[in-house]
This record gives sequence, C-alpha cells and structure tokens, in this order.
Amino acid sequence: MSREAEDLNRRLLRARDAMDRAYAEPLDVRAVAAVAYVSEAHFIRTFRAVFGETPHRYLQRRRVERSMFLLRETERSVTDICLDVGFTSLGTFSRTFREIVGETPSGYRMGHEPMAAPHCFQKATTRPMVAAGAKRPGGSATRSSSFGEAPGAAAP
Amino acid sequence: MIKLNVASVMVLDQEEALDFYVNKLGLEVARDIHQGPFRWLTVRAPGDPGIEIFLQEPGPPVQDEATAAQLRELIAKGAMGGLVIQTDDARGLYETLRARGVTDFTQEPTDHFYGTDMGVRDPFGNPIRILQPARTAHQVVA
Repeated sequence: MSREAEDLNRRLLRARDAMDRAYAEPLDVRAVAAVAYVSEAHFIRTFRAVFGETPHRYLQRRRVERSMFLLRETERSVTDICLDVGFTSLGTFSRTFREIVGETPSGYRMGHEPMAAPHCFQKATTRPMVAAGAKRPGGSATRSSSFGEAPGAAAP
Repeated sequence: MIKLNVASVMVLDQEEALDFYVNKLGLEVARDIHQGPFRWLTVRAPGDPGIEIFLQEPGPPVQDEATAAQLRELIAKGAMGGLVIQTDDARGLYETLRARGVTDFTQEPTDHFYGTDMGVRDPFGNPIRILQPARTAHQVVA
C-alpha cells in the first residue's frame, strides 16, 4: 500500500513540476493529469490530498508569486505583468492578487524593492500563502474567475 | 575549528541513488560500508574529499517501519531537503544529464545576476539546484 502511495506521490510531484514550468500558459488540467498517469478527476482529488490545495490554487499562488517578483524587480506595467504570468484578465489578476497577498499589485510594488537573494530561494520562500479569511479553493471565488483554462478544460 | 563533513539525503533505493548521483550527476563514491542491513554509502564531488553526502535509505534499524513509510511518502512528494551543487559549466552539465537520460528538470539553465542556475530532481523527488556562480558574484553580494 505504501509503495503505491510513494509511486502516486512521485507522479503527482512530476505533474506539479510541469505546472511550475508552464505557469504562464493556459492550464490544461487534462494534460497535467496525464503527466501523473491519472484521470482529471482523480488528479484534482489526489493532488489536494497530497499537497493540501487544488491544482488550480497551487497554480494561482505560483502565478501570483511570479507577479510579485516582476513587480519588485522590473518596471513593467501591472497589465503587462498580469499577462506575463498567465492571467487573461486584469480584473481577475487584481482580485486574485488581493485575495492572496492582501494588498493590490500596485500597492505591493510601492512597498517592496528588489531582493538580493538567489532566484530559487525567492521563488520557494516568497510564494504567498492565502490571506486569512479568503475563500477556499473550489469556492465561488475560484469558480467564477477566468483562470485561463485551456479551451475544453473542465473546471474542478 | 568546525567545518561541514557529512550531510545526508534521504533516498528510496541506495543502488538507484548510486547510479544517479555517480553515473549521471558525476559525483564519486567516498565510502560504501555494509553493516548487516545498514549501508553507509556516501558520495562526494571528485577532488573534494572534505564533504560527503550520505545517501540514506529510511528503515530499520535507524527508523521503525512506520516512520520509514512516512519518510518514503514525503521523499516522493519532494518534501524533504535537497542539495545545491556548484559547477563551472551549468549548461554543459545540463546537456550531460540530458544525454544520460535524465528528464526530471524543474528549471532549465537560467541566467541571473549571481550566475546561471538550473534545477533537477533525483529519481526519488529530492530537489537539486545546480549553480554556476557569476564571476563577479562576490562583488554583487558584498
């Protein structure tokens, strides 16, 4: 039984890595689930059990972390950064950013300067947790967002 | 004086770990001592005898079976510690790993102000960062 769990965890990790590499592209849950050799429904359920959040929420936090990085390190406009990290609408980006970080993208930019830490360290450690009181993944806030799913991909 | 001597990485299979860390990543075996079911297997960077990595397989007699099972599941989901390895040619090492059949890259070689880095996982899920420091990195950090 445990060997099966190890094998599933390893495959889910490989799928999570695939999401991390392609965070700026539209999410194709079916394709990511295929990396783990499981069905879409099984992927969403087991990913949440193993990593503590849905694949959608994981990707949202990755995208928001990347946007925080670009807000700190570059002069690019908020709209450009929104598109850079894979959001397709400025409204969704701003709402998701506020929900997760607790302030607006431009407010965050005003208060933060570039960090002199290795990129992998920043990427791992500055990834935001969801702000207290935020709606849980699968709630209406996530469902109603235009998350940039690939055409034909079903919402969880 | 104190200095780092041995650090450990938890692996699911020591033979498979040996193949990855030595035959693919290019480290060399430092010690390989069998003591009953226990195997003290360490690797090191060639020419760097001071620091060894213990490739540790969880299980008795060090951990009980239930603890080992928990550790194995954590290793497989990438939740255990990893390594940072330094090289003078990150892109060259990337190509070497690819040629040796490694596919689990978490990041292709990328340039930063502090150098070029890349990410790969060992066969079990442990993260390995590979860094080629910029020639002027010490000036930037100082």
